Amino acid sequence: MSLRIVVCVKYVPDASGDRHFADDLTLDRDDVDGLLSELDEYAVEQALQIAGDYDGDGDAEVTVLTVGPEDAKDALRKALSMGADKAVHVEDDDLHGTDALGTSLVLAKAVEKTGYDLVICGMASTDGTMGVLPAMLSERLGVPQVTLLSEVSVEGGTVKGRRDGDAATEQLEASLPAVVSVTDQSGEARYPSFKGIMAAKKKPVESLDLGDLDIEAGDVGLEGAWTLVESATERPARTAGTIVNDEGKGGDQLAEYLVSQKFI
Amino acid sequence: MAEVLVYVDHLDGAVRKPTLELLTLARRLGDPVAVALGAGAADTAATLAEHGAVKVLTADAPEFADYLVVPKVDALQAAYDAVSPVAVLVPSSAEGKEIAARLAVRIGSGLITDAIDLTADAKGPVATQSVFAAAYTTNSRITQGTPVITVKPNSAPVEPAAVAGSVEELAVTFGSAATGTKVVARTPRESTGRPELTEAAIVVSGGRGVNGAENFAIIEALADSLGAAVGASRAAVDAGWYPHSNQVGQTGKSVSPQLYIASGISGAIQHRAGMQTSKTIVAVNKDAEAPIFDLVDYGIVGDLFQVVPQLTEAIKARKG
Ligand SMILES: Cc1cc2nc3c(=O)[nH]c(=O)nc-3n(C[C@H](O)[C@H](O)[C@H](O)COP(=O)(O)OP(=O)(O)OC[C@H]3O[C@@H](n4cnc5c(N)ncnc54)[C@H](O)[C@@H]3O)c2cc1C
Ligand SMILES: Nc1ncnc2c1ncn2[C@@H]1O[C@H](COP(=O)(O)O)[C@@H](O)[C@H]1O
Repeated sequence: MSLRIVVCVKYVPDASGDRHFADDLTLDRDDVDGLLSELDEYAVEQALQIAGDYDGDGDAEVTVLTVGPEDAKDALRKALSMGADKAVHVEDDDLHGTDALGTSLVLAKAVEKTGYDLVICGMASTDGTMGVLPAMLSERLGVPQVTLLSEVSVEGGTVKGRRDGDAATEQLEASLPAVVSVTDQSGEARYPSFKGIMAAKKKPVESLDLGDLDIEAGDVGLEGAWTLVESATERPARTAGTIVNDEGKGGDQLAEYLVSQKFI
Repeated sequence: MAEVLVYVDHLDGAVRKPTLELLTLARRLGDPVAVALGAGAADTAATLAEHGAVKVLTADAPEFADYLVVPKVDALQAAYDAVSPVAVLVPSSAEGKEIAARLAVRIGSGLITDAIDLTADAKGPVATQSVFAAAYTTNSRITQGTPVITVKPNSAPVEPAAVAGSVEELAVTFGSAATGTKVVARTPRESTGRPELTEAAIVVSGGRGVNGAENFAIIEALADSLGAAVGASRAAVDAGWYPHSNQVGQTGKSVSPQLYIASGISGAIQHRAGMQTSKTIVAVNKDAEAPIFDLVDYGIVGDLFQVVPQLTEAIKARKG
């Protein structure tokens, strides 16, 4: 049996840039550079490691998948240059403004069309930061979710991992096919090598639109979104605070401040 | 009056504070019906009724502990079917968000995560969120199905509102997906005796400037003098000085205490994402140019090894 791994990667605006809203209250992508979400690099890394360790009857193959605008190809290229084998880009004008439920529908259809034994996601996107898509994908695909893993491995037809939860650390196990998400504790992502960057240019990138996935335009996009942002206000700049140079009494001055604010 | 389903986060029957905050918000939307699952579920009832839950639905089965997330979704869905609520509220923990996400897919509803406030008008609940590392505040509503909303800790006060609540056992049938992911081992996190990071009124955090695991004792001493929780930047966690469960920021915990004290932390955007909504922010940093000073209400430019112990002593002296 070969092992088909699909990694879901998102193209996101650079968090160090000045992110803001467009007039329709969706993310304004024009002014900020985009990149492969740093948290999805961890997912690509784990996919490459699992593929490298795989010793089944066939080969392991890593496909990276993104749902996003034209520029999202950059994210796919980066993942390909890290070592993924091929890429799928779901791109359609009608996708503008899609919410998490819509995105999970598109991802689920695209994953099914691509064929998979294991889907690997990042823990959250760095722009939306919802951290819900892996669970939604698992629900839609009807396969187990093994999520928020700081350690992951595939042995035979089983995926195993460690989840550092709020109240406990858990060792998890599920049969393939499954949906996994990995955290930024799972291990540093590799940098693309020069060879990797050159090789990526020749790797196949398949483009799909909503028609290819049998999805009606009305089910996605701003129209199909089930959440509506009614207003977005820039947080008022914090009123400039008091800043004091420590000249030996900084701790005492701070204590007085805390008293004045009734914290002590 | 309309009913609002509230998912209860509890540890062996002890209801955690964010759930009580959720009840405060739920009462703005209707009559809270609480759903408590797993070991000790029935023990939550008295506390929940004191905070306004008109009904508590409880279920206990080995599946809740032995398998990941999905059995709880099956139970919440059973409660949803039994109650037909106007909204479903879930605490914004990692698990809570996953439960809410799967429920939203199942019942065909929109989902809002990490709300920091909730109000209601004739068209239903309006959720306030803080986005782009707290650079923006948004108001959103759900336009399809029954709103499913997860709410961050410290988003509302805990208010007693005693009612004569009833307790009912919830009948749950687990679907085939419920047993898909087995929990083969579980190691509960050891309690430090300090408040829970996400729930604490005061958080005292240390970063790379703390310069060593042993030096975190300075941060802990300050925290203990204030009855605070201890946080850490990712740099401090990655260096192995403090556990990852205490990391504050985008990929750690998101906190919103009354007071946040950052020592030896530069204030990178990913750190700010997890603490910028704190009410009062204080920083100690030896670099006057550190971006954390853009956020502070009060900042000391100085060496934390001087300032923090002096502060701790001054607090102890005042508290006597
Ligand atoms: C995808 C992603 C997710 C991330 N998630 C998180 C997250 O969840 N949480 C998080 O914190 N970071 C996160 N980071 C990392 C973040 O970008 C920063 O690298 C990190 O916050 C820096 O930690 P720091 O402020 O402790 O260290 P530094 O940036 O090195 O700052 C140390 C500060 O200590 C000061 N200092 C040194 N010595 C002293 C002294 N003796 N007295 C006083 N001050 C002193 C210095 O002046 C400096 O300002 C993430 C990064 C990425 C890419
Ligand atoms: N548009 C997208 N295309 C591909 N993968 C995505 C997309 N959005 C989210 N994901 C995946 O889902 C994970 C969680 O995203 P989120 O629930 O949006 O925080 C990300 O880390 C990605 O792996």
